[in-house]
Amino acid sequence: MSTIDASTGSAIAASVAGAAYIVAALLFIMSLAGLSRHESSRAGVTYGMVGMAIALVATIWVTFQGAWGQPQAVVGLVLLLVAMLVGAVIGLWRARSVEMTGMPELIALLHSFVGLAAVLVGWNGHLYAPGLTGALADVHHAEVFIGIFIGGVTFTGSIVAFLKLSGRISSKPLMLPGKNLLNVGAIVVFIALTVWYVITPSLALLIVVTTLSLALGWHLVASIGGGDMPVVVSMLNSYSGWAAAAAGFLLNNDLLIVTGALVGSSGAYLSYIMCKAMNRSFISVIAGGFGIAAPSSDDVDHGEHREIDAASVADMLSGASSVVITPGYGMAVAQAQYPVAELTQKLRDRGVDVKFGIHPVAGRLPGHMNVLLAEAKVPYDIVLEMDEINDDLSSTAVVLVIGANDTVNPAAAEDPSSPIAGMPVLRVWEAENVIVFKRSMASGYAGVQNPLFFRDNAQMLFGDAKERVDDILRAL
Amino acid sequence: MTQIGIVREQDDETRVAATPQTVGALRKIGYDVAVEAGAGVASAYLDDAYAAAGARVVTAVEAWASPILLKVNAPTDAEISRIADGATLIAQLSPNLRPELRQALATRGITALALDAVPRISRAQSMDVLSSMSNISGYRAVVEAANEFGRFFTGQVAAAGKVPPAKVLVAGAGVAGLAAIGAASSLGAIVRATDPRPEVADQVKSIGGTYLDVIVPDEQKEVSSDGYAKATSEAYDRRAAELYSEQAADVDIIITTALIPGRAAPRLITAADVASMKPGSVIVDMAAAQGGNVEGSVGGQRVVTDNGVIILGYTDLAGRLPTQASQLYGTNLVNLLKLMTPGKDGQLVLDFEDVVQRAVTVVRDGEETWPPPPVQVSAAPGPSTSSGTGSSSLAEPVEAKKPLSAGAKVALIAAGIAALFLVNAVAPAPLPQHFTVLMLSVVVGFYVIGKVSHALHTPLMSVTNAISGIIVVGAIVQIATPNIVVQILSALAVLVASVNIFGGFAVTRRMLNMFSKGAGK
Repeated sequence: MSTIDASTGSAIAASVAGAAYIVAALLFIMSLAGLSRHESSRAGVTYGMVGMAIALVATIWVTFQGAWGQPQAVVGLVLLLVAMLVGAVIGLWRARSVEMTGMPELIALLHSFVGLAAVLVGWNGHLYAPGLTGALADVHHAEVFIGIFIGGVTFTGSIVAFLKLSGRISSKPLMLPGKNLLNVGAIVVFIALTVWYVITPSLALLIVVTTLSLALGWHLVASIGGGDMPVVVSMLNSYSGWAAAAAGFLLNNDLLIVTGALVGSSGAYLSYIMCKAMNRSFISVIAGGFGIAAPSSDDVDHGEHREIDAASVADMLSGASSVVITPGYGMAVAQAQYPVAELTQKLRDRGVDVKFGIHPVAGRLPGHMNVLLAEAKVPYDIVLEMDEINDDLSSTAVVLVIGANDTVNPAAAEDPSSPIAGMPVLRVWEAENVIVFKRSMASGYAGVQNPLFFRDNAQMLFGDAKERVDDILRAL
Repeated sequence: MTQIGIVREQDDETRVAATPQTVGALRKIGYDVAVEAGAGVASAYLDDAYAAAGARVVTAVEAWASPILLKVNAPTDAEISRIADGATLIAQLSPNLRPELRQALATRGITALALDAVPRISRAQSMDVLSSMSNISGYRAVVEAANEFGRFFTGQVAAAGKVPPAKVLVAGAGVAGLAAIGAASSLGAIVRATDPRPEVADQVKSIGGTYLDVIVPDEQKEVSSDGYAKATSEAYDRRAAELYSEQAADVDIIITTALIPGRAAPRLITAADVASMKPGSVIVDMAAAQGGNVEGSVGGQRVVTDNGVIILGYTDLAGRLPTQASQLYGTNLVNLLKLMTPGKDGQLVLDFEDVVQRAVTVVRDGEETWPPPPVQVSAAPGPSTSSGTGSSSLAEPVEAKKPLSAGAKVALIAAGIAALFLVNAVAPAPLPQHFTVLMLSVVVGFYVIGKVSHALHTPLMSVTNAISGIIVVGAIVQIATPNIVVQILSALAVLVASVNIFGGFAVTRRMLNMFSKGAGK
């Protein structure tokens, strides 16, 4: 299956590698399947690692078995081992040291690496043509271009996502005039360039298309705001998969195609879930940020909010029969997950029924809140999804909204003119009492005022979420 | 530091305008508090407790001489003469009902603020003394009824036989009515409630009552614009009267709370209704002071009818819970004073631009300022389905997303399949095979990922990340080619992809190890 270099590869090596690739692909599928449940998730990762090891050993063996004896083989092997060793050290070091609040950045950065690798593989495809002729050569050229394009977009897109998520650049959407036209134009130009390159392959065209894809990736993500990042990150996840699949076409490697397609569809599915959770179409996330058409209802008099202090919240909590905590990105920013977990523990020890309600787009990464809470040792069986908890909220005594805003906005359910109308939200306002932890009265990512804050059963606890939760702990 | 005086109320009043706790709050915004000796005794707040909270316990003369005076009830004529010149008095003054009091206060050249005139807007809720007192009264009404009632409220199946639950009818689901509904239903009774405002049905339900709708043909019930019930139409009244007659014969307890601002209380329960009730039934008429909702009730009195029905017309229900009532009243006062002390420096500033301050001011520096301009409630729900923000008129509804029609969907799918067919039909040898693999993998991918639990999405992303490092295979294949540039580029690709593989798997493992199930629960 793997036609490394038809003239040197031995038939036996190729068929062994092919068998190894099938095993590896199956293991990857089992790995993803394992993640469907907490209980099997660890085994899933092990499958993935075994699959990867088999694929690597088979590839290295078949490659160098074919090229052995030629002068470039030694150089290649040395380069390979050094590069892999350095990469492994960097990767393991980052994996060990990363803060869980920093997961979105790390994942975005890792995506960019796949993108970069895809660009490099594409370039190599141009620099070292396998000597094809006729239609196959044309196909090869098109594959080089497509691989570089997808890889380039993934690379810079992920870099921008990384910079935004880590706060190195502002997470505000970049608003170039006619930005949608720019995006569409870039794709049209890419198609034209591909045709041109297939007819007359040249290095200049390769440089042009690389630059084009890098610029498009940059612009695409730069014009998307911080709160849409869950969609963007999963979209980039998808792209990195398609980039690998494109490389598979280029190199006639089915393992790359299978794995790339798995990752690509995984990312696409996550993007779809995120979009559904915001009641927006994928196109609208890409085509324009929230908050552009939003300020229509800002001058409405919502009435006055009421403040509460930590001691009163502590009183209320200790007297409550059931408590639901709905965290958002603000909890991650304030690093409040540890005191929140401690609070949960204390309340549970007193017999209070504490649960967590997680909105699908809470945080900056799909499932981000779950990871943060897990890090702080909150048992996962009390961390529920929005759909699981929404019907229980009306019989809940106290809801603590920690650093969430748009995901608990009643306007989404009740005000058809709201920019977030129709977005599924946690119906916290149905609870007896709602305490909102917030730094100020500023509106959320969507730029929409939240009428929840002015409800009769809602009270505001201002300040840094971590400090306030600490205050409550002391008062308890 | 301005001195706030807390004086002793008249003998029949059990409440006091400040508690040790609110004294602390008043001192925080810069005031000096002087409490007349024995002022809080009836509410179980002793002088020592005030002193411990930082107040000075003083004589009556000294307390009355304060430039700011807090009271529960309106002052009598004798008391008005004791107020210092230019002082500010805050109390419940019922300014609408007592023009003579307004005049008497105006002649003294003082400033008088009526805490019971706070407008019903969300912002002023924390000072709304009518709400806080009604809440207490509603609770106490149930307690009084339970005290007179000869049976359990809750139903029981005991060894000695089955006990049916008591049936309670609450007329008027305002603050007092809701408090009564809540208290009665938590005692285990079956609670029904009536109210001319249809929007309260949900509130009634939420605290355990059943809302009885008065169904009037061809009439649109009005949503209240100021938070209070309005007078009702004739057809409505007729149907409501029938409803009350039906209910009176059935229920054991009736609690009436119907009040319309500035008017006599509506008559809801007639003498005939009372006569139809079972002996031992109890009626609490919370509107007895304003003429009563129940025929035969007497303000401040307990009346027993010929057929053994007890009608309670107590007008001091809030005062019967003096410790609680004083605490809430005192907090209402603190909140008003906070609003009027913007500098938190003990300097009282009366700002007529502020609707709340304007609304409560009855007399300013000896000049009568009653009545204030009307205030519209912002918090009332709009008449239609729109939310409480009332923004529907301002913003155009967001254009609904049009889902693809079935035809368009079929066309799209057909186009996709045709394109795939063409590519495979035309493309040279290895390509169709690759497409097959790609398509199958995509389908498998969607099915596998669709089963992943939401909580594991982050580990899923990091593991797919690690797996997408498989691109390293491509780079390895290229690294052995006889072209040093290609080899170096490949090595670079191997490096970054390795970061992915090792970093991705390691961080996933780290994350999954953190997920733990609740032990034993």
